Amino acid sequence: MAQPIGTSRLGRRTASPWWVAEVVATHPETPRATTLLLAVPGWPGHRAGQHVDVRLTADDGYQAVRSYSLASPPEDGERLALTVERLGDGEVSPYLTDEVRAGDRLELRGPIGGYFTWTAAAGGPLLLVGGGSGVVPLMAMLRHRAATGSDVPACLLYSARSDAEIIYRAELDRLATAANGPRVVYTLTRSQPTGWTGYRRRIDAAMLEEVSGLPAPGALAYVCGPTRLVENVASDLLSLGYAPARVKTERFGPTGS
Amino acid sequence: MAGGIISRGFHGRRRPPAEASRLPPGQYLTRDFPVLSAGPTPHPPLDRWDFVIKGEVAAPRRWTWQEFRALPSERITTDIHCVTRWSKLDTVWEGVALDTLLAGVGTAADYVVAFCDGGYTTNLPLADLTAGQAWVAFAYDGAPLAPEHGGPARLLVPHLYFWKSAKWVRGLELVSDDRPGFWESLGYHNHGDPWHEQRYWGD
Repeated sequence: MAQPIGTSRLGRRTASPWWVAEVVATHPETPRATTLLLAVPGWPGHRAGQHVDVRLTADDGYQAVRSYSLASPPEDGERLALTVERLGDGEVSPYLTDEVRAGDRLELRGPIGGYFTWTAAAGGPLLLVGGGSGVVPLMAMLRHRAATGSDVPACLLYSARSDAEIIYRAELDRLATAANGPRVVYTLTRSQPTGWTGYRRRIDAAMLEEVSGLPAPGALAYVCGPTRLVENVASDLLSLGYAPARVKTERFGPTGS
Repeated sequence: MAGGIISRGFHGRRRPPAEASRLPPGQYLTRDFPVLSAGPTPHPPLDRWDFVIKGEVAAPRRWTWQEFRALPSERITTDIHCVTRWSKLDTVWEGVALDTLLAGVGTAADYVVAFCDGGYTTNLPLADLTAGQAWVAFAYDGAPLAPEHGGPARLLVPHLYFWKSAKWVRGLELVSDDRPGFWESLGYHNHGDPWHEQRYWGD
């Protein structure tokens, strides 16, 4: 196994935990979100739902670090995918979405986070509720489910502002129509294309009840998005009968500058 | 942080020295108050809320909400630092000092496990909770602490990363042997000093 870049030669007790990732390709997902495909030799593996810290270094040594969820499933090995949403006033995300190109190298630390994770062995049924770029770790779970051939019943309820802002649209639609594929339900909160027959409001208790129904034994829910969505959905799921310990949450979104 | 591969074309956003000197390594400043928690927000009714100190103590203690709120409290202005890398300066809280709650308890234990509604736990050395370093806070910015920020009451230990400032805290268990809490069992550092950047296992 390759070592993370490090300073063990200098006599520190542990090697530096930063991995070098080479950008293999960049892929715009929506007007605001871009996927970076990375090659990370020696990557130790991760679980769907985990994230990494990405470190940037300016030529005078100034550094900035932010966390991004992994979009790729463990089955992709040393090939990782990060999907980054561009925050208008962000220090790091505009660089990752606008500047980075194939051949660049980034530094990664991780995988990080041991709670908001799902493995096929954990079972279900699985209810995934995402808002905006909160869909990213949920996509890693759906990709892991597909890669392992899992037949755990799964449903994704995904809230986006508009049709154009749905990340992974083509792949989600493909997954949904595959044998044993997950159910995928969108709600478009700000604008809808002509002829849209789906939901057109923020996720609420009635929508969750229609989509999820009462939780079956073993039901697991993962909720990721902006704080208000996560607070409301988690609370509504408890009202529906989900056990608190079976509702896992993660917050996304701008945290100021 | 040291070393690092130069990121072609990255310039970053440097802070004025007065602000930068208050930011631990690897942190950035936010004006928001982000919410981070692993599960649903509990809403315990206050008439059934209590705060207890138990474990290896000579005299276990218990306060109802009314008794707790009748204790002397302090206004605390402090910077807070989240392991997810945001820091927030000059936050204003009101709370009861742990020194007040621990007075007269009597213990030989060196460690504390804080426990919470919702099942969350975090562990700390007792020495990090005494001598004016920690509070049980019930107000933020002049208003009762909001549920998503840990209300009705949360631990406030601002010299450690903020996951140690357990939301929805209901008590402390004093123990002789250190016992990793929730995040401490899931890859996060056992102590969590932001000025030494103790974020994850192995830091």
